[in-house]
Formats: sequence, C-alpha cells, structure tokens
Amino acid sequence: MSASEFFNMGGYAFFVWSSYGISSIVLAWIFISPIFNKKNIIKELRIKYRQQERQRQDSADSEQA
Amino acid sequence: MKLPAIVHKFSSPKNFYTMSGKMVPWFAWGFGLTLIFGLYYGFFVAPTDYQQGESYRIMFVHVPAAWMSMFIYMVMAVSGAVGLIWRIKTADLMASASAPIGAAFTFIALVTGSLWGKPMWGTYWVWDARLTSELILLFLYLGFIALQASIEDPRNAARAGAILAIVGVVNIPIIHYSVEWWSTLHQGATVSKMDKPSIHIDMLIPLLVMAVSFKLYYATSVLMRGRAEILLREQNSRWVKEIVANEGAAIGGGK
Amino acid sequence: MMPSTSSAFIAMIKRDLMLSYRHRNELLNPLLFFVIVVTLFPLGTSPEKQLLQTMAPGVIWVAALLAAMLSLDSLFKSDYEDGTLEQMMLSHHSNAVLVLAKTISHWLVTGVPIILMAPLLGLFMFMPIEGIKTLMLTLLLGTPILSLVGAIGMGLTLGLNRGGMLLSLLVLPLYIPVLIFSANAVDASLAGMEIKGQLYFLGALLVLSVTLAPIATATALKISVE
Repeated sequence: MSASEFFNMGGYAFFVWSSYGISSIVLAWIFISPIFNKKNIIKELRIKYRQQERQRQDSADSEQA
Repeated sequence: MKLPAIVHKFSSPKNFYTMSGKMVPWFAWGFGLTLIFGLYYGFFVAPTDYQQGESYRIMFVHVPAAWMSMFIYMVMAVSGAVGLIWRIKTADLMASASAPIGAAFTFIALVTGSLWGKPMWGTYWVWDARLTSELILLFLYLGFIALQASIEDPRNAARAGAILAIVGVVNIPIIHYSVEWWSTLHQGATVSKMDKPSIHIDMLIPLLVMAVSFKLYYATSVLMRGRAEILLREQNSRWVKEIVANEGAAIGGGK
Repeated sequence: MMPSTSSAFIAMIKRDLMLSYRHRNELLNPLLFFVIVVTLFPLGTSPEKQLLQTMAPGVIWVAALLAAMLSLDSLFKSDYEDGTLEQMMLSHHSNAVLVLAKTISHWLVTGVPIILMAPLLGLFMFMPIEGIKTLMLTLLLGTPILSLVGAIGMGLTLGLNRGGMLLSLLVLPLYIPVLIFSANAVDASLAGMEIKGQLYFLGALLVLSVTLAPIATATALKISVE
C-alpha cells in the first residue's frame, strides 16, 4: 500500500481515521490522567504532612511552656 | 468462608503498592509492543475486504473495545463481590478503578461502531442488538460511577457499588438476550458484519493481537489508577508517609 | 415468646398498608402521573387513531415504568427518616423477608392501581379489548418486578441528597427487559400471535426478582442506614 492509499483508506478515510483518532484520544487520556493525579496527590500529601508536623510541634511546645 | 492468611498478606495496601509498582512497566511495555504489532498487521498485512473495502479495518479497534467493555464489567463485579464479602480493600480499589476504563471502552465501542455503521449500513445509528446493548452497558457503567461519586465514605461507596455491579452482572445476560430478541423482531435478517462467521486468518490475527493489547492496557491503567487512589485512602499510614517522603523529594526538587 | 418470621411478615404488610391508608392522598400522585404522561402523547404527536394504536403498548408501558419509579419514594423514605428502618434492620428476623413484605405492600398500593387504570388508558389510545387484556396481564406480571428491582435502587440511594435522579439512572436500565417483553406481548396479541413465550419470560423474571432482589435490597439498606 502506498502512503496516499494508506491515508485514503479506499475512500473511507474519514470513518477509519476518526475511529482510530477518537479511540487514541480517549485511551491516552485514561492512561495519562492517573500519572498526573498521583504526582498531585504526592505533592499535596507532602504539604499536608508538613502542616500536621508543624501543628504537632506547636502543641508540644505549648505543653512544655 | 475464610480465606487463607496468604491472601490477606498479598492484599494489604502496602504490598499492593509495591507489587503493582513492579508489574506496571511490564504491562506497559507489553501493551506498547502488541499495539504496534497489531496495528501494523491490521493495516499492512491484512487484505482488503472485497465487500467493505478498507472500512472494515475499524473492526480492529471496535471489536476488542466491545470485548473489553464486557470483560471489565465482569472484573468490576467480581472484585466488588470479593471486597464486599471478604472486606478486602484492594479488591474495592480494583472495582472503582476499573469503572472509568470500562466506560471508556464502551464509549469507544459505540463511537467506532457508529462510524463503521455509516459506510456499512448508510446511517450513523442503528438500533441493532449489539449497539443497543452497548448503550445500555454504558448507562450501567455511568450509574456505577455516579453512585460511588455520591457516597462520601469510601468503604460505603465501595459496598454500594459492589451491590450495584453484582445486580448489573446478573442483569447483563438478561438485557442482552432481551435486546437481541427485540432486534430480530424488528430488523429481519440483517447479517451483522460485526461478527463475521468465517474470517480470513490475516484479519483474525490482528484482531486477537489487539484484544491482547487492550487487556494489557487495562492491566496497566487499572494498576496506575489503583496506586494513585491508594495513596490517598491510606494517607495516614506510615508506609504512605515514607513513599511521599521519597518520591516527593524527587518531584518537589528535594526540599 | 418471639413472634415467628411468618407472623412478622404479615404484621409488616398490615402495618405498611395501614400507614399507606393514612396517607392515601399521596398514593394518587404516581397514578395521576401515569394518566397525564399517556395523555401527553396524543397531544405531542397527533390524535389520529392509527398512529396511537401502533404506539399504545410502548407508550403505556413506558408511562407505567416512570410512574413506578416515581412511586419508589414512598418505599423506605419515611421509615428511614423517623428511624423505624434502623429498628427493623436490628430485628432478629431475616432482613430480606421484611424487605419482601414492605415491597409487597408497596406493590399493592402503587402497582395494583396502575393495573386497574390501564383499561382507561388503553381506551385513550384506541386499544381493542384483546390488547387491553394482554396489557393488564403484562402489568400484573411486570409491576411487581418493577417494585422489587426498584427497591434495590431505593436501598442504594436512600441516604443521598437528590438521590431521585440517581435512582432513575440506576433503575431504568434494569427495567428494560420487562419493557421489551411486555410491550411486545401486547403488540403480538393485537396481531393475533402467540404471547406464551413472552409471558413465561416475564414470569421467570418475576420469580428471579422475588427470590434475589430482597437480598440485594437488604444488603443495600444495611449500608444506607449506617
């Protein structure tokens, strides 16, 4: 199959390439979103843990005083 | 019914995180390689269909997607049931992580089915048994996702979802049979090219390879989703704190 | 002396029927909805006899589905709100049996009126007598299924805000087989064809629902009540 034949798909180019295109977009989104999600979760948990640590320090200090 | 202790050891959230971390790269590479092989074979080796020309090549993504939509629902129902009966958190996790992936495959099956239908039948939508059943399956997935989203406590959300998934799984054969029956009444004998009875071997091979590829995709995605979710749910445990400290340093530039 | 499960079962039905009787004007609402929805179709399409006759089985059945779904609100809501449901779940009697009792009384006050209203609606849609008979038969088999399966959805969405919309999304797909076989049975009887197969299928669905649905509902209620 030549390159132009490949893209033309016997006249069905729109149908074939839309199918593969939409499928790729949906599957890529589902694949990539947990990667970003996990990075965000880790970032947010770091901040949260630091806040909790600080609160614990504060209450420990105020108990000593 | 009590499970052997070893199951509990493997289903602990921490072990799940470690083990899945090792498995994900293998599944991801497997997915990539089978995808490339399947697509290459499907586009360059499989011959042109004498009736449908090149449009039949949509089959290589439509049929595996439809198979996955059913398979994932089964997995969702089974893991939901396991989580419900034996209270295994990782089973609950697998169920809720699977739902968006299953819904995505159902959506893809519908869209590609519709796009295949236009050159084949002349219209974008046809109330044939397969497409109608897929549409109802999409509703079942969306209902599951909506139900879990509306319950705050993750444990209760998992249990409610599991009940819904089990009820759904019992109903799916009934719904399929009903829709199948209904469509034969109203459509007469339209042979659906979507299940070709005798398929050329060079068309069958890429189809099966794509099916395997999608399964590996599902394995990769569900584990990645599960890993992200479990960090959130187990955030008060020590092993999560350790992981956040290690991986967080790498991301946040080591503060 | 502990009452037996069967007497608890009967007592529950009696109690629910009595409570429904006290609020009997509320029972009218799903029924009126049923009538109004069917009325909308000639208004929205055309009053032509041929057209309405063709649409009739499907339209009446869809309206019955929607009315049944709306009526689910009365199933557990008030008991949930005043804490009686929680007490009921603590009883040593099997929760599934008690749920079945409640579902039966729900069907008696919501499903049966729908069956009785059907001939009038058949008339509105120009259905011949043969068709109306089959319609009532399918409603007789189908409305209990709607109550039983709807109870599962109600159990799952009981404690949620705006659970009503979610309930429709959950329950309507499960109603589809009942719709398909019932509407088709009526169509077939109008064409003079056999309807035994469809009725057997509905009967099978009914038996399946009676045995399994209360268990699912009881499990769902346990979660919602916590």
